[in-house]
Amino acid sequence: MPPVNEPVERHTLSLLVDNEPGVLARIVGLFSGRGYNIDSLTVSEVSHDSKLSRITVVTTGAPPIIEQIKSQLDRLVPVHRVVDLTVVGKAVERELALIKVRGKGEIRQEALLIADSFRARTVDTTLESFVFEITGKPEKIDQFVSLLEPLGLVEVSRTGVAAIGRGPEGM
Amino acid sequence: MMREMTGAEMVMQALIDQGVEHMFGYPGGAVLPIYDAMFHQNQVRHILVRHEQGAVHMAEGYARSSGKVGVVLVTSGPGATNAVTGLTDALLDSIPLVCITGQVPTHLIGSDAFQECDTVGITRPCTKHNYLVRDVNDLARVMHEAFYVAQNGRPGPVVVDIPKDVQFARGIYVGPENIEHKTYKPRLKGDPEKIKTAVEMLAKAKRPIFYTGGGVINSGPEASRLLREFARLTGYPVTSTLMGLGAYPAADKQWLGMLGMHGTYEANMAMHDCDVMVCVGARFDDRITGRLDAFSPGSKKIHIDIDPSSINKNVKVDLPIIGDVKHVLEDMLTVWRGMKVEPDRQAIAGWWGQIDKWRARKSLAFQPSSSIIKPQQAVKALYDQVKDKDVYITTEVGQHQMWAAQHFHFEEPNRWMTSGGLGTMGYGLPAAIGAQVAHPDSLVIDIAGEASIQMCLQELSTALQFNLPVKVFVLNNEYMGMVRQWQDLLHGGRYSHSYSESLPDFVKLAEAYGAVGIRCSKPGDLDGAIHEMINVNRPVLFDCLVDKMENCLPMIPSGKPHNEMILPDHPEGLDEAISEEGKMLV
Repeated sequence: MPPVNEPVERHTLSLLVDNEPGVLARIVGLFSGRGYNIDSLTVSEVSHDSKLSRITVVTTGAPPIIEQIKSQLDRLVPVHRVVDLTVVGKAVERELALIKVRGKGEIRQEALLIADSFRARTVDTTLESFVFEITGKPEKIDQFVSLLEPLGLVEVSRTGVAAIGRGPEGM
Repeated sequence: MMREMTGAEMVMQALIDQGVEHMFGYPGGAVLPIYDAMFHQNQVRHILVRHEQGAVHMAEGYARSSGKVGVVLVTSGPGATNAVTGLTDALLDSIPLVCITGQVPTHLIGSDAFQECDTVGITRPCTKHNYLVRDVNDLARVMHEAFYVAQNGRPGPVVVDIPKDVQFARGIYVGPENIEHKTYKPRLKGDPEKIKTAVEMLAKAKRPIFYTGGGVINSGPEASRLLREFARLTGYPVTSTLMGLGAYPAADKQWLGMLGMHGTYEANMAMHDCDVMVCVGARFDDRITGRLDAFSPGSKKIHIDIDPSSINKNVKVDLPIIGDVKHVLEDMLTVWRGMKVEPDRQAIAGWWGQIDKWRARKSLAFQPSSSIIKPQQAVKALYDQVKDKDVYITTEVGQHQMWAAQHFHFEEPNRWMTSGGLGTMGYGLPAAIGAQVAHPDSLVIDIAGEASIQMCLQELSTALQFNLPVKVFVLNNEYMGMVRQWQDLLHGGRYSHSYSESLPDFVKLAEAYGAVGIRCSKPGDLDGAIHEMINVNRPVLFDCLVDKMENCLPMIPSGKPHNEMILPDHPEGLDEAISEEGKMLV
């Protein structure tokens, strides 16, 4: 396309793909080869019997680029379906994160209080550290992490976004 | 049909059951069992190539000229990597191929074994689809699926990578009956509402144009017939991309010639000024559109394509119709007739009046000379002698390719094989060999350049071995002519490494291979020499010494719109024709 002046949008795509070797490489290769963005990517088997996997990709781009991404994904042979959850309606999006903080005394107290207010669970404790588990929208996790930053944040491990459409219909 | 056999036997049985008559290949350690299974049958004829790139281009020429799937067999490692250029070429030009590659045995995969490479990894971005078969009981299904995927929807190359132990293993073979891909089911019929809208838009058009491409050829001869019928019914002008030449007859008065960077003035001006454009099986490639933000600014665009990802990729269109060209044109014709539509005859007559004015510029004109052969003159002389024959033309890549496209005229589809998307030098000779295999009694000519021909010249030996009397017509200007032309355009005429130094004596070279060598340097000798070439029933390497400094015109300089072409009567200032932004483009 000629230089696109339209503003960049964030879209969450849900893909149903054959669970076969190389399918993830095909999808990731398509994004890198054509210069598209991947903000988040999650993959998991839907059920062992159906030999299908569900991939959730969060991507950003101007509307024509988003359209192009969907068409390019859709023509991959092992891709069964591509659904743009952002277009279908506001989807439920959740992410899980494990967050390690290190500190003593007051800082420790503060971290626990913040964790409590975010409904994070403490899944590992030592005398000088915690590991919190938190589930929620990506923005909520961002916020939680930024609050822990001055309190001895050591590292964060996030799963990436899992998403599903609202209402009774499946994809 | 279900029967126990080895994996190697399954490969051959699947090829036979798919109706394959010819394959192109080169043996090696990891495909020996398949070559052994081949030894025990005589239904599939194997053409032994000299380099795997040649095998893939041969399969492309075979497929493009016959409408069948081209089949390639190569070994692991270097066999597979040498095939990559051909596979990429086939992907960009949508040519249906099945390429079988040998692989090291499964227990050695990942160990950097001798002649091991990650074939499916390497070929993933340059194939339509690929498979690594780890279980012999999947092999037959995968083979049949590969043929299905290669030829359905937008055609393309498919790789089947088979480890050597799978070739030896015994399993159950299943026939092609009832093998249907679970998910890959491309849409063939266009949306009826959109077809109706398209017909209404076309009927109201005052300055319409059909912009056709390789998709018309891929859709089969019936698509070309329907295009002709539709054009005749409407009286609208037709132009085509490089890949689509032959779908519409060049002798017809509604034909504007090829469009794009080296297309005719009338085709490009009509594209620029039209009010309704119907893109039929083409993809708004950068060679076609020129400067995108000035591409056909005033037109409504209808785009017929089987591949949804082609829609709005480069140019935003007003009415996309997803479907196979043949089906969509058929439905459009039915609707047109059903609605008893009448085009605006007066407006169309005015449009043709304008087009005739552009035509009068004679953008393909050149100055023949009596002392030196002009390359255009050489192509024209060749065309004049073979136009009434059963002829297939291939090309290499460069100036000669564009001169062939401009001055050789095609009346039927599948007669013109050229590397359009990838622009692969070395394509023409092997593609000609492939076309000759498919059409043993036809005249097959590779219009070549002296630089390109050296990239796959070794395949002359293949032509000799299999008695394939291809003609290689080399326009020898001792330059990589298109590179030299662009150095004139962009780099002040500094011909950095574009001179073809140390050229071989092509006549002696031909003779060394056992082919016929002919040299011609005088315009007066040209007709006689061409006559000699086409009347010898052996491969010929024709060294046609042409004007070294001729530029290929007309031309849309990169970064310019269609209405700012350089015409042959105004070739001055070639070095000032391109803007700074244009120089960044290719």
